[in-house]
Order: sequence, then structure tokens, then C-alpha cells
Amino acid sequence: MNARIAHIASNTFREAVRDRVLYNLIAFALLISAAAIFVGQISIDIERLVVVNLGLAAVSLFGVVIAIFIGIGLVSKEIEKRTLYTVLSRPVRRWEFIVGKFFGLAGTLVVNAFFMAIGVFGALLYVAHKFSAPDALILVALYFIVLEFLIICSLALLFSSFSSPLLSAVFAFSLFVIGSFADDLRGFAGLTHGFARWIATGAAYLVPNFSALNVISAVAHQQTIGSQLILQNTLYALFYTTMALSGAVLIFERRNLK
Amino acid sequence: MAAIEILGLEKTYMVGFWRKRPKRALHPLHLSVEEGEIFGFLGPNGAGKTTTLKMLMGLVFPTAGTARILGKDWTDPEVKAQIGFLPEQPYFYDYLTAHELLDYYGQLSGVPAKDLKHRIEEMLQRVGLTDVKGVQLRKFSKGMLQRVGIAQAILHDPKLVFFDEPMSGLDPLGRREVRDLIEQLKREGKTVFFSTHILSDAEALCDRVAIIHKGELRGVGAVEELTSAVQGKVEVIWQGTQTPSSMKALGAECHVTGDTVRAVIPESQQDAAIDALRREHLRLIAITPLRTSLEAYFVEKLQHSQTTAGTTK
Repeated sequence: MNARIAHIASNTFREAVRDRVLYNLIAFALLISAAAIFVGQISIDIERLVVVNLGLAAVSLFGVVIAIFIGIGLVSKEIEKRTLYTVLSRPVRRWEFIVGKFFGLAGTLVVNAFFMAIGVFGALLYVAHKFSAPDALILVALYFIVLEFLIICSLALLFSSFSSPLLSAVFAFSLFVIGSFADDLRGFAGLTHGFARWIATGAAYLVPNFSALNVISAVAHQQTIGSQLILQNTLYALFYTTMALSGAVLIFERRNLK
Repeated sequence: MAAIEILGLEKTYMVGFWRKRPKRALHPLHLSVEEGEIFGFLGPNGAGKTTTLKMLMGLVFPTAGTARILGKDWTDPEVKAQIGFLPEQPYFYDYLTAHELLDYYGQLSGVPAKDLKHRIEEMLQRVGLTDVKGVQLRKFSKGMLQRVGIAQAILHDPKLVFFDEPMSGLDPLGRREVRDLIEQLKREGKTVFFSTHILSDAEALCDRVAIIHKGELRGVGAVEELTSAVQGKVEVIWQGTQTPSSMKALGAECHVTGDTVRAVIPESQQDAAIDALRREHLRLIAITPLRTSLEAYFVEKLQHSQTTAGTTK
């Protein structure tokens, strides 16, 4: 990473850390973990299942909300507040700005996920009193959640590069919801014929496949996750993120900052 | 070598929601600014000054034309390491302190880490912000933010500095300090290009000015040249509190201020005025040709352009 990207990323991270809303969301996530403990205590023999399911779902959901909430304003807010003028009048290329912003937000989410994961493991230890070997799979689920964050970050940045924060939020959240049912959409495409099949298949493959990244239920049921899926998901997330970021760069490179 | 060469830069925006129509913000602009000079870019609000500056900074893309800055193509990233820019009414990351902001900008501009801390302290002192450590920018007044803006523009010791309305938001003392700072930058050999609609600032500071109105360049030249048009009158100042009748007879418009009298007379009556003062044993302090002020030149150019536009219609 070049130095300018690192500086922009570091400043983006600092902004997120100093944003009080971020603290509120972390507090909320911790509250969910506490709720998991409570539900775990009133569930007979399925405490682990409930805690892992609820805890990881909270990590994912709150991470996505933070990613969208911050991501949609990353570029548009800088244009609106004109803070961008004094950055781009320096030897900073526009693509470096976008990539720096991406790494800053991604870094924020990884740190955030790390602390929330500690909460999940803490809750698990509380209900199960000890860790067992299948608990290591929770790390795989967390890794997939981080991959999910990367995609959401890049999409939020893409929308932020040409749209208002409100519309960007609508677009990003819609894609998150649709992407969570990407498998169903692909299944539906398989049932259609002719031109409709082309359209449905195109749409099914265009939206991010978040359902493939969601292994929370499998991990909660202590099912193993194949290394092939880990590799596939990694490559898919990197490819999708790169494409979305490239789109953001292409749009931003041509944008007049009035 | 020219510090800035603007070669036919122009900008047309498409406006309207359904039926887009072109709106020209800047007609083809040709302008050259020499190294080491203070150049004023003058015009009323909405004249195209900020659009021009934004194009030079690469924030807005021109419809046509190009520019060279410090002898290099303006899009060359190396150029930006040698220029400083203060936008109009600057906004900064308000969650940062002035030190943090300057540290960030210094890093982006490639200032060596070992020099940065010292440079930041020096810059803050230079713009009169000495007691702001640990204070976030959201607590700064408009004038303080303007000072931070000036500090960030010169932090990396640029060869060329662009200021967009640098006196905006400053009190009289602050404006004086910024004027002194701009003059100091010139003494350091830097080129200063600043846009303003406050003509007294331009007249006091600039070597040359350009006047722009409705996106068109209306005039360019040295301040002395533009204000040298003698109106055929001279200003006579002498010590005293009364106006001799012989001076009144010359058609003089006299104004008494304290123990001096100022009179404006036709140039042809200059010798007669000196004789009159000598006869009355009054001490002559000064006699100078009356020059056009920059403001008068500016208003004339603007009125001329409006008349031309009216005639064309």
C-alpha cells in the first residue's frame, strides 16, 4: 500500500473511531450478546446453538449497518463539506482517495468485528463453561462475515461516488437484502425459460452472493466448512470488491466537484 | 518562466432536469502569471473565479483548453507537490485538532516526518494560532478556520500558492496579518495567485490583476498601469486650515482635514496653484497627479461589459 493510501485510510479509521454513533452501535451489539446469554440460559440443551446463532447474526447485522451508515457518506460527505478540495489539491490521485477510504472503513469494521467476536466467545464461554474443537469454526464464520463487510464497503463506496447518502443507503441495503437471498434468486432463474431466464440469471449473478457467505447456521450446528468453500468465498469476495471499487474509481475519476 | 499559463480553459455546465441546456461558466481563458508575482484574480461573485481555480486544482474538468503550472502539464501529480491551495470558505475535518489536520495534510504532501512537527508549529505561529493544542476544529471560529486554511496551504513550502478569497471571514486585524503574510511569501520568492472581490486588498498587494466578469476576461495588467490613467487633474496638499481665495478661483475642490488642506485642481492650473500658495506663505506638502483607482477601473470594465451585452441584445 502506498503511503498516501495508508494516511487516508488511517484518517478514515480515526473519523469512525471519533464518531459517537459508532460507539452506540458497538454498545448495541454488546447488548445483543447479553441477550444471547439470557436466551441461552432459558434454552435447554441448545444454549450453544442459540448463542452462536444470535451472536454471529448480531456481529453481521451491526457490521453491515455500520458499513452502510459510514460508507454511504465517505465520498459524498467529503464533497458536500468540501473537505475533499484540500485533499485532492495535493499529490493525491483520485483512485488513491477511494482505495484509502475503502481500507479505512474496512479496517474499522475488522476492528469492530474483532471486539464483537470477543463478546460472542465470552458469551459462549459463559453458557458452555469451556471451548470445544468445533468452536474454532466460529472463526470461519467470522472470516466470512468480514468478507461480507468488504463487499458491503465497496458497494457503499460505489453508490457514494455518484449518489446522495440517502439513495446510497437505500441501494446498498437493498442489495444486501437481495444478496442474502442470492441462492433463492439463482434457483428461481433455473425455473424460468427464454428471455426471462437470461434476465433472472443475469440479475442473480450480478447481485452479491451473501447467502454463500452465511455459514452461521452451519457453524451453530457444528457442521464442518470445506476448505474449498473458504477458497471460493475468498476469491469471490475479492473479485466482487475489486469490481465494485473499480466502478467507484471510474465514476469518481470523471466527477466534477462543484 | 511563467508560473501559470492558462491556455484557453473553458467550462460549460449542462443545467436543467429534463431538457438539459448548456450554461457557460467560463469562456476560453488565456492568462499568464509570472514567477514571483502576486497576481489578483478579480471579479464580482459568480464571475467564474472559483471555477477557474477549481479547474487548475483538478477538482473540475474543463470543457476545453489546458494549462501549464510551473512549466509542467497541470495534470502532472508532481506539480501538486509544489502548489498550495486555500479554497473559499474552507471546511476541514472538524473531529481533528489543528495539529492533527496539518499532520495529515503534511503527510499527504510528502513532508518528511522528521520535519513535520517543527513545520506545523512554525505554520501555526505564522498564522497566529498558538494556543490551540488539543482543541478540535469544530470549536474554531470562522476566522480561526481561515487561518488554519492558510497554514495548510503553505505547510509544505510550495512554490506557488492559490488563495480563493483569503480575507473572507477575517476581522480587520486578521486581514492585515494575511496581507503581511502574502507579502512575506512574495519576499520568499513564491508566486501568489489569489481571487478576491475586495479591490482594496488587490490594489494594496498585487503586482498584476485580471478582471473577470460573467466568465469572460475583461482586462489584465499591472496595477500601476491600470491605475495610471491620469484624469487631467492633480491633487495639491498644503499645511493650514483655510483655503485662500486665489485657490478657490482656480476651481479647486478643497477639503480640510486636521491641519492640512487637500484640493483637486485641473492639471493646467498646477503652476498657478503653486504661485497662489507661495503668495499666501502656505507650506506645500505634496502635489501629485490624480490616478484612477482600481475600483474605478473595475467598475468601468464591468459597466462596459454590461453596455456591450445590452447593445448586442
